[in-house]
Amino acid sequence: MSDRLLAGLAGRNPVGLGRHLAVHGPMPDVTSELVREVTRAGLRGRGGAGFPAGIKLAAVAEGRRPVVIVNGTEGEPMSAKDRSLLRRTPHLVLDGALAAARAVGAHEVLFCASPQANAVVAAALAERAAGSRREPRVTVLESAPGYVAGEETAVIAHLEGRAPRPRVTPPRPAQQGYRKRPTLVQNVETLAHIGLIARHGAEWFRERGTSDRPGTTLVTISGAVQAPGVYEVASGMPLADLSRLAGGLTEPARALLVGGYFGAWVDEDGAGMTLDDADLRRHGAAVGAGVIVVLGASACPVAETARLAGYMAGESAGQCGPCVHGLGSLAGVLDRFATARTVPGDGERLVRWTEMVSGRGACAHPDGVARMLASATRLFRTELEEHAHHGACSGCAAPATLVLPGPSRARAAA
Amino acid sequence: MTRRPTAPPGEELVLDPIACTGHGLCAELLPERIVLDDWGYPMIDPQVPASLREHALRAVKACPALALALRQARAG
Ligand SMILES: Cc1cc2nc3c(=O)[nH]c(=O)nc-3n(C[C@H](O)[C@H](O)[C@H](O)COP(=O)(O)O)c2cc1C
Ligand code: SF4
Ligand code: SF4
Repeated sequence: MSDRLLAGLAGRNPVGLGRHLAVHGPMPDVTSELVREVTRAGLRGRGGAGFPAGIKLAAVAEGRRPVVIVNGTEGEPMSAKDRSLLRRTPHLVLDGALAAARAVGAHEVLFCASPQANAVVAAALAERAAGSRREPRVTVLESAPGYVAGEETAVIAHLEGRAPRPRVTPPRPAQQGYRKRPTLVQNVETLAHIGLIARHGAEWFRERGTSDRPGTTLVTISGAVQAPGVYEVASGMPLADLSRLAGGLTEPARALLVGGYFGAWVDEDGAGMTLDDADLRRHGAAVGAGVIVVLGASACPVAETARLAGYMAGESAGQCGPCVHGLGSLAGVLDRFATARTVPGDGERLVRWTEMVSGRGACAHPDGVARMLASATRLFRTELEEHAHHGACSGCAAPATLVLPGPSRARAAA
Repeated sequence: MTRRPTAPPGEELVLDPIACTGHGLCAELLPERIVLDDWGYPMIDPQVPASLREHALRAVKACPALALALRQARAG
């Protein structure tokens, strides 16, 4: 099924220009017509928010001296799709980034990714230099660490030399972004799709996927599966089929975390849902950045959720009161549940504060955490009560499934 | 918190959550539209009808952090 973005890839090494062109065909000349083609394709952003790419391209194309930023920050700890694309098929991401730049009339493209990914992109650029026409200028820059550093206004702040913290919007980057210029911030995977839409067109793109989310989607599957990794699937695939795709389960599953750390916990069988926002939304979930974590039955959902809440509270950029205090308070309640130290009223506080923090920050960080916690409260109700009354379960001491990096520099600077 | 879709586009209160330091002064001056959360930060019902305009402006002017603004509501 890995037939589009991941086509022709074998192993971990980057595909060279010759092979890239052999697999995907030559890049056509790109004009502003591509904006309409992307709109017709119905491509949604793959960085998490799912915003229609065509609308953003059109908005940026209207402004003067626009810039394109390739967002390869991938702050989501259990996502690997963006670095996988950059390191394995850098020419496809470059095709998309340069095509987007030409379509909106930008002469400058800024890549923001890890040093390893940037090195591969730089090598790919060098490979092209010989045949280059009047291409937009590409600069590669190191991304900042931390969960919030990938938020688009934080990326812009970082590239401007300031701390990688979000700012209040509006104005959105499309109106006023990098150095006050109209800025197209697009996820790495989104741009790779644009590299293919430029070649094959909107009709072709829509042959796969759903009407709400056309095309294929990269998912990063991890946890209790035999073959964790990055897979390409048609949007709309049943969640129940995802673990089979990753080689099957290593043990019976207890739950799935769908959409990453801003996502939702759902029943281990996927509750009949598919990888499509129109479907997932009804259950309080979303595709997000395509992260799927299978929590095995030997793990403890309460301990995992409590640790995750603590991590996410620590990743707050420390600017907005409800985010700083709200997420901190929520992490505290969950920790009390996990360690049988609840005080009267904690159950109500968990529900009340989860609702209270949503929509209260300059960025969507509190909203994402609230979504994850609301799903945990729904799905793990029994386990939460058991922990509150009896303390640690047998799974509490199991190795952590959710990967939680150490506190980020972004936080230290806050 | 949520904007009522049926309300005609009049003026609305906009909060800058980064600038807001949680003094809570605004909630005292405009309790009809602003209540404080459990940590002392304002939760705002943004629609400001003409009858509340005076009070809303007073709250905006009183905010020591310049975190509150009154502006023309965007349609939709
Ligand atoms: C807290 C937070 C973290 C984010 N981190 C990332 C990230 O690491 N990578 C990314 O592409 N988008 C991230 N986003 C989404 C970006 O703000 C932005 O929507 C995206 O880069 C736009 O590209 P797309 O439309 O192609 O998805 C994050 C958003 C939030 C609120
Ligand atoms: S909501 Fe939280 S993470 Fe987002 S800008 Fe405010 S403090 Fe930072
Ligand atoms: S008066 Fe200003 S700083 Fe104080 S809570 Fe209200 S908006 Fe925030």
